[in-house]
Amino acid sequence: MSKYFHSVELEEDACCGCTNCLKRCPTEAIRVHDGKARILSERCIDCGECIRVCPHHAKKAVSSHLDEIQNFKYKIAIPAPALFGQFNHLDNIDFVLNGLKKLGFDMVFEVSRGAELISEATRSLIKENKLSKPIISSACPAVVRLIKIRFPELCDNVMPLIAPMEAAAKMARREAMKKSGLSDDEIGVFFITPCPAKVTEVNSPNHAAKSAVNGAIAISKIYPDLTREMDHLTEIEPIARSGLIGIGWANSGGESAAMLGEKYLAADGIENVIRVLEELEDEHIRDVDFIELNACSGGCVGGVLNVENPYVAQARIHNLRKYMPVSMNHLNSDDLDLMMWEKELTFDPGIFRLDEDIMKAMEMMEKMEQINSGLPGLDCGSCGAPTCRAMAEDIVRGKAKETDCIFKLRQKIQNVYDQLGNTFK
Amino acid sequence: MSGIHLHYEVSGEDFTRAGEASGSVKKRLKSLGYNTDAIRRVAIAMYEAEINMVIHADGGYCDVDIFPDRVEILLADHGPGIPDVDKAMQEGYSTAPDNVRSLGFGAGMGLPNIKKYTDEMRIETTIGVGTNLYLTVKVNE
Repeated sequence: MSKYFHSVELEEDACCGCTNCLKRCPTEAIRVHDGKARILSERCIDCGECIRVCPHHAKKAVSSHLDEIQNFKYKIAIPAPALFGQFNHLDNIDFVLNGLKKLGFDMVFEVSRGAELISEATRSLIKENKLSKPIISSACPAVVRLIKIRFPELCDNVMPLIAPMEAAAKMARREAMKKSGLSDDEIGVFFITPCPAKVTEVNSPNHAAKSAVNGAIAISKIYPDLTREMDHLTEIEPIARSGLIGIGWANSGGESAAMLGEKYLAADGIENVIRVLEELEDEHIRDVDFIELNACSGGCVGGVLNVENPYVAQARIHNLRKYMPVSMNHLNSDDLDLMMWEKELTFDPGIFRLDEDIMKAMEMMEKMEQINSGLPGLDCGSCGAPTCRAMAEDIVRGKAKETDCIFKLRQKIQNVYDQLGNTFK
Repeated sequence: MSGIHLHYEVSGEDFTRAGEASGSVKKRLKSLGYNTDAIRRVAIAMYEAEINMVIHADGGYCDVDIFPDRVEILLADHGPGIPDVDKAMQEGYSTAPDNVRSLGFGAGMGLPNIKKYTDEMRIETTIGVGTNLYLTVKVNE
C-alpha cells in the first residue's frame, strides 16, 4: 500500500488532459503528464473539488459497495445528517432510517447523535479552558489535512476531539455488542457519506491508528436503492434520536450554533477556508473563540457525493429542524476520554518544502525565481502545471523542463529558424 | 552564501492589497522549510508594517533578504515621517484617521507589535521626507 490512501482517483480513459481540475485544486496537487491529469498523492487532501469541476467525469471517488456489509454478522448504518436534505417533502427522518434498515442493516444510528455528543464535549472542554484559542473545528477531514500539510503553527489549535462520524460509530458499536452479544470484529459500521474526504478518513484517519468505521458508502451510490425502499415502507419503526443541534451540523454554521454563545466564525468553501487560515496564522483574526471550517460550500450538504443542490438541501434541513427538540443525546462524563484524539496532530513538513537542507532549498528557490521571471506569467496550464510558478518549481525539482512551456518552445523554434535562415542566406 | 533577495512595491491606494508582500514572503519561507515560529513572526510584523505604510505614507517599497539564520526586511516610504517615535511606540497611541479605525485598524498596536515579533527594529525617519523601518527576525532553534 502506498504511504497515502486516497479516495479521489483518476479514471484514465475518461481524462482528456484539459486543465479544469488543474486550475481548481487548492493544494496544487494535480499535474497533467502525457495527457492525463495525475494526482500528487502527498499533496491531495481529498476535498473533491476536481470531481466537482471535471466536465468529463474522469475524477471519481472510490467508496464502499453495499454488498460489503455482508462481510459482517451485524451491520450498522450511520448516515450523515446531510442525507436528510436529499429528499423532497420529508418531514420525518424515520422514513430515511427505516429505508436504510430495509437495505439490509440491523441497526441505524444517526451521525447527528454523535454530533450532539461532540458539541457537548466541545462545550465542556471550552468551559474547562483546556484548549488553545481560537479553537479550530476538527470535523471536516479535508480541512484537518490541509492544516497538517500547510499550516504548521495552527496544528495546536485544532480541536482534539473525534468527528461525529467516529463518535456515532463508537456508540453504535457499544450498543450493538450489548444487544447482540457479538464481538467487535463481527460488527460492521458503514458511514453513508456526502464526501470523499470522509472515505479517506475511514481508511486512514487523522486522529487514531484505526477508525471505528469499517466502510463509507457514497450517498449518491445508495440513493436509488434507498428511495425505492422508502417508497415501499408499510410501517415506520421509531428509530430517530436526534435533536436540532445534531441535524444542524449538515449545514455550515450548524456546529458553531451548537456552541451556544461562544464567539464564533463559520467559513465554508475551500478558498474561503484557506483565506481564514492564512489570516489566523497572521493573527489578523481576533475576538473569535471558535472557528468552524467546511471545505465544501454550504457545509456537508455541499459534498460532491450528494445528489441534491446544496442550497436546496440546506433549506430542507432548516425545515426538518423546526419540529425537533434541541438535543437528545448527552455525554456521560466517563465517555469524554473516548471522544478525544488518540494521537496529536503533527505538521508534515516535507510536503511543500523544496529540500530538507535549507542551503539547498535556498539555491533551488533562487533558481526557481530566475526561471519564473522568464516564463510568460499567463498561468495557462498548457505545460501541465497549474501556474508558471508551479512549473518553475517542478523544473528545479527535476520534474519538468522549460520547453514544456509552449511559449518557451515557440521561442526556441523561432531561434532555430532564424539561425538557419542566417546560415543559408 | 548570499541570501535570497525579494523586492515588492507596496501600493498606497488600496487597503485590500496590504498583506500581498507579507503573504508572498510567507509562502516562500514555507517552501524553504523555514523555522515555523520565524515564519509566523515575519508574517505578522511585515503585515503590520505594510498596513502602516498604506495608512500613513501612501505606500512605498519593501526589500526582503532571506538568510538561513535570519530574515532582514526594509520597509521604506516617502510619507510624512514620524514626529515622535517614542510616542508612536506606545501601545494604544495612534494617528490613524477614523475611516481606517472603522475597519479595525489604527488601534495603536502597529509599531509595538512589530517590535514584539522581531529581534531587531530600527526606525530612520525624517519629517516630510519619509521613513525607513529596518527589521530582523532571527531563527531561534
